[in-house]
Amino acid sequence: MATLWNNYRYLILRRATQVGLLVLYFGANAWGWTILMGNLSSSKVLGVIPLSDPYAALQMLAAGAVLAADLLIGVAILTLFYFLIGGRAFCSWVCPVNIITDSANFLRRRLDFDRVQGIKQPASRNIRYWVLALSLIISVVMGVTAFEFLSPISMVHRGIVFGLGFGWAAMLIIFLFDLFVLKNGWCGHICPLGGFYSILGKFSLIRVHHTQENCTLCMKCKVVCPERQVLHMIGKESLPVLMGECTNCARCIEVCDDDALGFSIRNTLKNKKTGE
Amino acid sequence: MSENRPNIKKKRQPVSDRRKFILNMARGAGLAAMGGFIWSAYIDEVTASTLLLRPPGAIKEEDFLKTCIKCGLCVIACPYDTLMLAKPGDNKPLGTPYFIPRDIPCYMCPDIPCVPVCPTGALDEASVTTDGVLDINIAEMGLAVVDADSCIAFWGIQCDACYRACPILGEAITIEYEKNERTGKHAFMKPVVHSEACTGCGLCERACVTEKPAIFVLPRETAMGRAGDYYIKGWDKDDEKRLEDASEIKTTTEISNQSAMDSLNDAGDLY
Repeated sequence: MATLWNNYRYLILRRATQVGLLVLYFGANAWGWTILMGNLSSSKVLGVIPLSDPYAALQMLAAGAVLAADLLIGVAILTLFYFLIGGRAFCSWVCPVNIITDSANFLRRRLDFDRVQGIKQPASRNIRYWVLALSLIISVVMGVTAFEFLSPISMVHRGIVFGLGFGWAAMLIIFLFDLFVLKNGWCGHICPLGGFYSILGKFSLIRVHHTQENCTLCMKCKVVCPERQVLHMIGKESLPVLMGECTNCARCIEVCDDDALGFSIRNTLKNKKTGE
Repeated sequence: MSENRPNIKKKRQPVSDRRKFILNMARGAGLAAMGGFIWSAYIDEVTASTLLLRPPGAIKEEDFLKTCIKCGLCVIACPYDTLMLAKPGDNKPLGTPYFIPRDIPCYMCPDIPCVPVCPTGALDEASVTTDGVLDINIAEMGLAVVDADSCIAFWGIQCDACYRACPILGEAITIEYEKNERTGKHAFMKPVVHSEACTGCGLCERACVTEKPAIFVLPRETAMGRAGDYYIKGWDKDDEKRLEDASEIKTTTEISNQSAMDSLNDAGDLY
């Protein structure tokens, strides 16, 4: 039991957070709870505190909408939180699509797909930034919030809270895409919201830290990491993970049997390059 | 064959970094352009749906589509479960709120709970407020339209279901009495919708007894015509005032070049 907790504590906490948020949102619609109303695009906490998706607001701005005060406050709260503290934590701790893509990735590891397909991925992880830029350009040109009209994140989340429709198809497509087409395909390569949070959370305080002296080069962390490029320092240098693409999912920390990885608060006075 | 081999090898020189960079950028830009066109086409398609009924206070559809953040707070606030968010498969702009009156109409709550909760102003409180008080009676969700051919009241069968169901009865829907010449002793009781009072709540559509409703709500933009500025109600003093500062617009066509008499006598190319 203790090992189970030790090996999966962050996974359990993450799933609890993701599912817990879904339950709260669902309860607001179905049973009139007032703890967390709305959805991931925009919500109200306890009927007072607004929270709004900064990326959606950015698209609205690009589309030429007049931004209301409530929305701006909600955006400010979330932006500050992810910018200063959470980093790209939205992706692994909040977003429901993460459960789908993690399952696909889990199955991939179990079925040993990577050995069959080879380690090298056929697509660049920078696609997300192209999609991000494209979404803003289309928002400007078409005068609508471009990504919000096809976002599978919203489809899935809204679907669970307000009724799914064909939203299950979106879930299935992402699952199959990640399983058969591209490893970490959606979250790690395409999703512009992930790209947005990668940029936003680049300088946040909570970081995974690597202690080189403890590392035995087992590479379990790299196998499990959805953004393995951020772990370039494993076994080489004692450095915090500084790339914005890290989702703070902490799977690397759990799978490390040698205590070489752990959460740390970024020391802003330290030299970013060497960690000293 | 074997003589050619060295030649082929020669051609396969390593591509310079500069060239690689330029090619990669061009490839990225090309793919982005392709994706952009597909994406735009999709958005054009899904936002083209014009027969949607929006919650009260909804701003102009074009602005609504850029302002609505699709959070569903209006849906949660509605005590009658009238509002829904468009799901994949509904063929409506994804995630935006709408209602289907025949299923659940808007019950026109006096405190309009769906409007103040909107965080983005896509539902504009000011548009449903008179003298600082929320007033659902000025909402313009849509306009009820009667299909006289399938409305049984127009057949002479007595029915006033829509009239009775209307929350502002006597103003939004009135009954017009007319002698039924066929029987000689009955009256037609025809429902007439008045666009200046109708909010488009859809209670009439819900109440309509025909198999498919003979009175139904359409978005006002779709349901209403426009006479233009050319026609003036001469019997209406206010409307006639428009003449005072009217300026002449002279349209010159081939016919109007001639004098009026000539153009009447000579039909020109008309026949």
